[in-house]
Amino acid sequence: MTATGPATAPVTAALALGDDALVLSHRLGEWAGHAPVLEEEVALANIALDLLGQARVLLSLAGDEDELAYLREERAFRNLQLVEQPNGDFAHTIARQLYFSTYQQLLYAELAAGDGPFAPLAAKAVKEVAYHRDHAEQWTLRLGDGTQSSHERTQRACDALWRFTGEMFQPVEGLTTDPAALETRWLESVTDVLGRATLTVPEGPRSGAWTAGAGRQGLHTESFGRMLAEMQHLHRSHPGASW
Amino acid sequence: MATAAAQRTAGTETDGAPGTVDTTAYQHAFDAAVAADERIEPRDWMPDAYRSTLIRQIAQHAHSEIIGMQPEANWITRAPSLRRKAILMAKVQDEAGHGLYLYSAAETLGTSRDELLDKLHTGRQKYSSIFNYPTLTWADVGAIGWLVDGAAITNQVPLCRCSYGPYARAMVRICKEESFHQRQGYELLLALGKGTPEQHAMAQDAVNRWWWPSLMMFGPPDDESQHSAQSMEWKIKRHSNDELRQRFVDICVPQAESLGLTLPDPDLRWNEERGHHDFGSIDWTEFWEVLKGNGPCNEQRITQRKRAHDEGAWVREAAAAYAAKHTGGTGETGATRA
Repeated sequence: MTATGPATAPVTAALALGDDALVLSHRLGEWAGHAPVLEEEVALANIALDLLGQARVLLSLAGDEDELAYLREERAFRNLQLVEQPNGDFAHTIARQLYFSTYQQLLYAELAAGDGPFAPLAAKAVKEVAYHRDHAEQWTLRLGDGTQSSHERTQRACDALWRFTGEMFQPVEGLTTDPAALETRWLESVTDVLGRATLTVPEGPRSGAWTAGAGRQGLHTESFGRMLAEMQHLHRSHPGASW
Repeated sequence: MATAAAQRTAGTETDGAPGTVDTTAYQHAFDAAVAADERIEPRDWMPDAYRSTLIRQIAQHAHSEIIGMQPEANWITRAPSLRRKAILMAKVQDEAGHGLYLYSAAETLGTSRDELLDKLHTGRQKYSSIFNYPTLTWADVGAIGWLVDGAAITNQVPLCRCSYGPYARAMVRICKEESFHQRQGYELLLALGKGTPEQHAMAQDAVNRWWWPSLMMFGPPDDESQHSAQSMEWKIKRHSNDELRQRFVDICVPQAESLGLTLPDPDLRWNEERGHHDFGSIDWTEFWEVLKGNGPCNEQRITQRKRAHDEGAWVREAAAAYAAKHTGGTGETGATRA
């Protein structure tokens, strides 16, 4: 992805999208060795790797990837609060995947169709993200329409994460996409999948802990600080070292 | 295999009396195929002991892949650069993939992944003892790649010519990926070896801890190895434990020099007469203790594996229930089998 350079890429947008991918990749990486079935060890790692690849391209548009990932403080991260939410049980991870990958697929498809600085990345990433969304959809169907217990767990997960979904449709400086149109299509798509999974579309408010858009402004949730502490510890313990 | 037809012919000749199949002709065809370096395939007749030896060995290998994910996954969330993190995640993912191929290879012998996992969880089947050692620093990820994967490749390359076809073919692919793993470990240690004094010390400490357990990976000395002779006769195994161990030591010595690291063995020196390196004696008491379950992480590894399996039970049940509802089938899908 060398078609665009830091000079032309809007830094705010590159950080927002790059941090989303970085943080969700990290959370999915936490599943390694803990997945419910061997096929999911492979699938979750695969999604995490795709996201990490996207993050590296996006962060490199904004600066040095490692400096940005390892040396920023929590308040400087611009990711959605949704992606930093702890894995929870498999249903929570799948609900988070459904909400985020549906958004990411719609957003990247639009970016790929345009001629802005993110078009080359989005054109490649949208193919990966289509798989992520399909994976989330298939599991939402299995869990929602599986057993009584899996149905209840999955409904709880969808409800719990619902309040973090409004943030995806706040305008981001440097992105020319139409957030309202994106939101309409996102709601249609998620409503369709939840319906087929015999789940109820949650009714609560769709804004975060403070206001919708908090993560994009550097306001995160409590578990995020611990996640960063773990992620950054080794790198920060050896200032200036190469790895 | 070329003699499969011969075996089937032998079968028709001896199938005359129901219930009293004379296996002599099958045995001759099997022996001839092995002697001619042909592959035995799942539908071919094979001696029961050959089948059970293979199931034991392939299952142990598959279990080693999935337990082996744990010590390395321990560092995914702390990898010190995004490049290293991507490499490590890909490596751990490969190991899950190897587990999948190997359980599938074992299934061609008439067992199931469920059954094998149950044996792992209840201690009736083993995994490589090397994974009962902890990964204490980032350099351990490098030492595992260089030494543990290096030893594994030395053991496994000959398995690509193993007499059992599905196992041999799985090993071809696995060895290609393992070779990448070994190189990434070497390259990781090289960066540390040439890095700051703290990084160099971290690398040396890791090599000090992993060297002797890696030599133990080749198994007990030839005169104490209970399965070796028969396995060599069947061409499941092609070189003795001691031969492979010597090959590994000879490969590692010059590599350690290039890394700027030392191997923790004062008796290690080149023997001109033998054309090999002499090395110190291995602490076999430690080997047998770890094998018996008294290593630093035996309990932890199996507990984590069982917890992941138990906590995932509702997910597998949901997938089975969904498949039964929507395909009218039994719910036996790839996603529900483990």
